[in-house]
Amino acid sequence: MKYVDEYREKRPAQRLAEEIARSVTRPWTIMEVCGGQTHAIVKNGLDQLLPPEITLVHGPGCPVCVTPVELIDKAIAIASRPEAILCSFGDMLRVPGSSRDLFAAKSSGADVRIVYSPLVALQVARDNPGREVVFFAVGFETTAPANALAVYQARNEKLSNFSLLVSHVLVPPAMEAILSSPGNRVQGFLAAGHVCTVMGASEYELIASRHQVPIVITGFEPVDILAGILMCVRQLESRCSRVENQYSRVVRQEGNPRAQEIIREVFRVTDRKWRGIGEIPRSGLGLSDEYAEFDAERRFNLGDTSVEESAECLSGLVLQGLKKPSECPAFGTRCTPEHPLGATMVSSEGACAAYYRYRR
Amino acid sequence: MTDFGLACPIPLSDYPTVTLAHGGGGRLMNHLIERMFMAAFRNPHLDRRHDGAVFETGGGRLAITTDSYVVRPLFFPGGDIGSLAVHGTVNDLAMCGARPLHLTVALILEEGLPMDTLWRVTQSLAEAARACEVSIVAGDTKVVDRGKGDGLYLNTSGIGILEHALDIRPASVRPGDVVLVSGDLGRHGMAVMAVRAGLEFESEIESDSAPLSRVVQALLRRNLEIHCLRDLTRGGLASALNEIAATARVGVTLDEAEVPVREDVRGACEVLGLDPLYVANEGRFVVFLPEREAEVALEILRAHEVCREARRVGFVHEDPQPPVTLLTTMGVHRVVDMLSGEQLPRIC
Repeated sequence: MKYVDEYREKRPAQRLAEEIARSVTRPWTIMEVCGGQTHAIVKNGLDQLLPPEITLVHGPGCPVCVTPVELIDKAIAIASRPEAILCSFGDMLRVPGSSRDLFAAKSSGADVRIVYSPLVALQVARDNPGREVVFFAVGFETTAPANALAVYQARNEKLSNFSLLVSHVLVPPAMEAILSSPGNRVQGFLAAGHVCTVMGASEYELIASRHQVPIVITGFEPVDILAGILMCVRQLESRCSRVENQYSRVVRQEGNPRAQEIIREVFRVTDRKWRGIGEIPRSGLGLSDEYAEFDAERRFNLGDTSVEESAECLSGLVLQGLKKPSECPAFGTRCTPEHPLGATMVSSEGACAAYYRYRR
Repeated sequence: MTDFGLACPIPLSDYPTVTLAHGGGGRLMNHLIERMFMAAFRNPHLDRRHDGAVFETGGGRLAITTDSYVVRPLFFPGGDIGSLAVHGTVNDLAMCGARPLHLTVALILEEGLPMDTLWRVTQSLAEAARACEVSIVAGDTKVVDRGKGDGLYLNTSGIGILEHALDIRPASVRPGDVVLVSGDLGRHGMAVMAVRAGLEFESEIESDSAPLSRVVQALLRRNLEIHCLRDLTRGGLASALNEIAATARVGVTLDEAEVPVREDVRGACEVLGLDPLYVANEGRFVVFLPEREAEVALEILRAHEVCREARRVGFVHEDPQPPVTLLTTMGVHRVVDMLSGEQLPRIC
């Protein structure tokens, strides 16, 4: 498979690992931001190819994991109404809410449908004019353009039975929050390549210079990740703090202007609560005033609630790179994919899920 | 009567209702089978944890098995629910080392199902049965209210005869065995998923649905020391190997570079974030046998059209923890776990 196979070959990966070992003179801690990268690292055992000086910590880039438990509860509340159809990416259905997950809601009669794109949800709305169709709009900047487009089309078509339950989050504010936290140990970042495909590199330049931290925009295949680590290590060793683009076959400096345009058209930047981490200012997207009528929270008049999370779950620390999943006392014992205490155990991008699946 | 409310072996606090994951071929389904059904029905046949039961009669050994089919859409690229229902049960008998003889078919029809659809499925059942040299000797028909079935559900049961002395089952697997896989993986699951999701790829992925009884008979005729056979349906290769390794109390190591997955299937899996090791097949199986017989077995497999791509993908060793590991193309080992339920397409 072109653009995949050549980035999964053993020999270039080994050469990069050797080059990293030659370049490193002291310990460095590097965070890969995206959960997709975390899974590639754990699945392919890339950390085992690295010299002991390099510590990889796993970042908050798992949209399923950081969706607040209150929003899961709201999704369940909406789905449980007889007039509603809740459409969601499959990933969200196993995520524990405060008392149950969407799968459990589905099994007790809620109309929950797995879709592969918000545009499919839009079609469900067209096909079911008598029902309220809600799309659970979760994700980082990567999924925001398509979700925005769905709302944009709904408005153009005057489709009044379609709305979004929005839980969009933004990567740069989360990176800032991690760097500003007192316990931070991250010295360099592998930035999430696909987020940058949409947004470009410029947002990261501010972070790199403000916090004196190298940021390498990195892809998702083994060779990409090792090449990103090598670029990051070289910067760290020479005390540089630039933004570099390892993923140049996909990411352009300016990103995708048309995608950014539709995001700006439909969404506005808001404060957002991140599950396990807390509220981060200006770290999310909500529907702009012009599109407020498509906001499911408003349409269903769902008030604000606050839910206590399991005190045993350390996913917040895991998502900030402060703990590894295997350091959690509940990991693999009281917390398993069948009985998750937190979302990181069930998301396909969750760090705990990666360790459980590939490392036990 | 057992008081299920009090004695239900799956605590209600865990799962008060059945979820789709309980049918996904993963760990939750395993819990259901082990804790509820095995606990209730326990007997030496079920303890073998195989695709069917083998029992003695006056004149020899027979195998019996059953399977239900709820596939949606009813017609998919490379097959339909009718041929699938014949192949699935014929294959389960073949995995017991039996030559399939007779099938029964039970149909659960939804009110409103077009008669033409039913006729097409019936013809497909008949044609597949002819091709597999089995006869459909009994049946049952029920109709349910509109909205209470997906058009039609099928159940087939089958009976076959064992014409050899081997004890083919998971517990016969031992260290030193090799693992052969009969062809490329993941086609059925991705063919069905692509239709359901409305995904369009450059070329249409066709299901691998096929009968395996003939090729298994060919293996048996050569008097190979086959320890276990297993068709790779729901849950794919990874789940099958985990089940077999756990029952045999051995470890299996796979070589990622040797696992055959077609380019288009890999591409579709990439798009949806799925691992082909867990994707369903309907015409693929694994063979466990001693290393010295691997080459002969591969030769026989490859002589059959459905097994042209047969490969040696792994070996069995003594260390049962973790049950299945994979030597990645990067040269490191990782665990191949059993999934909780079905794989779900990821967000991005």
